[in-house]
Amino acid sequence: MSVAAITVPTVTHAPSSAEDLVEKISIRNLDFFYGDHRALKSINVPLYQGKVTAFIGPSGCGKSTLLRILNRMYDLYPNQRAAGQVRLDNDDILSPSQDLNLLRAKVGMVFQKPTPFPMTIFENIAFGIRLYEKLPKSELEDRVKHALERAALWEEVKNKLNANGLSLSGGQQQRLCIARTVAVRPEVILFDEPCSALDPISTAKIEELIDELKDDYTIAIVTHNMQQAARVSDFTAFMYLGDLVEFGETTRIFTTPNDRRTQDYITGRFG
Amino acid sequence: MAATFQSSLYTSRRRRNRISMGLAYAATAFGLSWLVLILAVLLWEGFSGLSLSVFTEMTPPPGSAGGLLNPIAGSLIMTVIAVLIGTPLGILAGTYMAEYGRYDRLTTVVRFINDILLSAPSIVVGLFVYEVMVAQMGHFSGWAGAVALAVIVVPVVVRTTEDMLILVPDTLREAAASIGLPRSNMIIKVAYRAARAGMVTGVLLAVARISGETAPLLFTALNNQFWSLNLNAPVASLPVVIFQFALSPYSDWQKLAWTGALIITLAVLALSIIARTLTAQRKTS
Repeated sequence: MSVAAITVPTVTHAPSSAEDLVEKISIRNLDFFYGDHRALKSINVPLYQGKVTAFIGPSGCGKSTLLRILNRMYDLYPNQRAAGQVRLDNDDILSPSQDLNLLRAKVGMVFQKPTPFPMTIFENIAFGIRLYEKLPKSELEDRVKHALERAALWEEVKNKLNANGLSLSGGQQQRLCIARTVAVRPEVILFDEPCSALDPISTAKIEELIDELKDDYTIAIVTHNMQQAARVSDFTAFMYLGDLVEFGETTRIFTTPNDRRTQDYITGRFG
Repeated sequence: MAATFQSSLYTSRRRRNRISMGLAYAATAFGLSWLVLILAVLLWEGFSGLSLSVFTEMTPPPGSAGGLLNPIAGSLIMTVIAVLIGTPLGILAGTYMAEYGRYDRLTTVVRFINDILLSAPSIVVGLFVYEVMVAQMGHFSGWAGAVALAVIVVPVVVRTTEDMLILVPDTLREAAASIGLPRSNMIIKVAYRAARAGMVTGVLLAVARISGETAPLLFTALNNQFWSLNLNAPVASLPVVIFQFALSPYSDWQKLAWTGALIITLAVLALSIIARTLTAQRKTS
């Protein structure tokens, strides 16, 4: 639980000097509007390849809003609009010509509440794979198995792949959703408070999983739980009232924050 | 520390509670008693006439024996056609309203008009189809009857489809979108699946609704004394035969009318039970 247990090797104040960091996603001067309300104000932040970036901050500070821009989820709703620049590799995410389905294939998302589809466990995973690849049955089964293994769920469900996904427990459902996301082979995975509906044991499993996944994926996680951010992330961004107050290596943010507001939040003085 | 207890306040509240509860019970009993009375008379009068010949013989001339085979067949055929026409239209419209056009002004307009159609007297529907089909073709027909019934099916299915799809949580839509599922796939493979039981219930309710409709058929399919499955000609139907026979002075015709009414009631009851079971399944799953 202690901050010292984090895997970042050395505490540095200039993050990019320590190792070669590649910006997988870069966010520049990003504004976001719900109707006339400006929910994000000129956000600048990178998501580094193969790293876990945590977004923390009090409710309503815009961290989920930010996450939902990265796969253009807000496009499902009217009167929501983003302005600025968000690049995935060299691709402009916000461009009107951006193919949303392709973008979402590259940028997967796991939600606050587990959302298995109303179908069997097997179909929940196979469904997404079939969208992009036409595979023979045996290969499809291998892929489903592999995805479930990656989500540390295989041992628990291997004998009931034809049971309804909704029959699993909450923690299992969430891991099923992670498997579903992984099965599509995204490059980035967004976690939107993935543990807030789960018990401590399931939470620990999901955190372990995130730690394993970061070798292959770029991960962003929104969390209300500061210990969780400290445990799972390499970088942390603190947001407050639509502003990105501070961004840096997690160890530094949690030990020697530069901004007074970050200090107050992580020490529990508000939030 | 005990609160000061004013027993007068408490007793008067209790009295008012008893009075309003008594009124509620009385109103329920009054309403239910008519229903029970209607069903009891229907069973009493209709059950004695129920026999195999009802399902195997044609409607008789007054004074001779017969059954209800031609109106039963006519009702079944027209109902099936009406459902085949009305269900796809209703589901597509409901899907537009709940999924594609949820935030559009057009949806508000369509919903308003649909609600009017839902509560429009069915005789208006009959007159409408009379004007556009019967008058144009120059004769009554089974097709016109089926179309009139379809016009009644559509708003019921539109309404239930929209309601059931709106009950599907947005988180499920977002989850589907998050793996890059195109919207049409999301609707067919995820939303319909989640709303399936409710949508089927809507269709069953529509069937129940049209199986007793008389007015729209009087203007369209009219009636037929004989066995005829020709949909370009007048076709017999249970409600119209009941209407005709019940108003006749012949006691054997009146008897058959009661039996026909009982058959419709039992069929609708069966449909309602199926619909209820499906809805219950949806809740538990």
